[in-house]
Amino acid sequence: MKFLKQTARILAISFVGEVLKAVIPLPIPASVYGLVILLVLLCTGLLRVSQVREAALFLIEIMPVMFIPAAVGLTDAWPSLAPVFWPVVITVVFTTVLVMAVTGRATQFVIRRGRGKKDA
Amino acid sequence: MREFFASSMFYGAAVSLLAYELGLVLKKKFRLAVLNPLLIAVICVIGVNLVLGVDYQSYNASGQYLAYLLTPATVCLAVPLYEQLSLLKENLKAVVCGIVSGILASLLGVLVCAKLFGLDHELYVTLLPKSITTAIGMGVSQELGGIVTITVASIIITGILGNVIADGVFKLFRIQEPVAKGLALGNSAHAIGTARAMELGAVEGAMSSLAIAVAGLLTVVGASVFAQFM
Repeated sequence: MKFLKQTARILAISFVGEVLKAVIPLPIPASVYGLVILLVLLCTGLLRVSQVREAALFLIEIMPVMFIPAAVGLTDAWPSLAPVFWPVVITVVFTTVLVMAVTGRATQFVIRRGRGKKDA
Repeated sequence: MREFFASSMFYGAAVSLLAYELGLVLKKKFRLAVLNPLLIAVICVIGVNLVLGVDYQSYNASGQYLAYLLTPATVCLAVPLYEQLSLLKENLKAVVCGIVSGILASLLGVLVCAKLFGLDHELYVTLLPKSITTAIGMGVSQELGGIVTITVASIIITGILGNVIADGVFKLFRIQEPVAKGLALGNSAHAIGTARAMELGAVEGAMSSLAIAVAGLLTVVGASVFAQFM
């Protein structure tokens, strides 16, 4: 029963996210509204983390599986992708490495500089 | 036979889960980053569909039920984030610097590539939202007049690539702080990168979840500014 109750709360929050998406004219998906709602509920104590935790961690654990259908759908996108394949792929590879390196280095730099100051 | 697959309510979901399980087994056995379970699963499913002559619509008739869980699962990312909230407050300055510089790097990177390859405006704005989560990226692309199908394709390729190369990039650029690793994964490879961050640890996972939401929202603004540059 615990899983059922937890899942019910998660789906209810997803539904509220869907409602907000329908009402607010911004390109923000229901999932991001839902994430913020759940975080606010947890922070304000309106919902205890024990009321969602196990079901939430299970869903997060199996998350990679949920991307399989969309990725397989790339075969359907092929006709429109084929003429621009190389520019797109090179841009994607270059920027993915760039963003990962820049974000990681910048964060690490600020963390370690802060730590250095504390030590000194 | 073909009609049977087209009407099956379980084929797509079953073959996806089995392919993912095969991916997990291969990864455990050979311990290579290229043997990413998600990547293996996608390749296997495409292969099996081709061999059996199943088109995407028929596969997706049941495959879609796996994707159905994506919104609730993304909502659940609030849980690890909540559990690491004190860490977030402690490192707030580093987190903000990291996410903002990453978003600028993404938009600038696309601009430079677009100039280099001489892409037209339509394809340029199509690629601007490539590092953020699919649902937001689709909206941004549409708003700016991009080709949504190609945006989605580039977002998915970005995610899988980020998921696969993360360990190598962290080693090459000597990124060792868990907070930095998490933000780097979420910022560059959205939810698919976050799936990898969750495997690295709770701190990495929480920071990656945070980056999905913040980077997604900031890119909505940033992309519309960068759209003017070309």
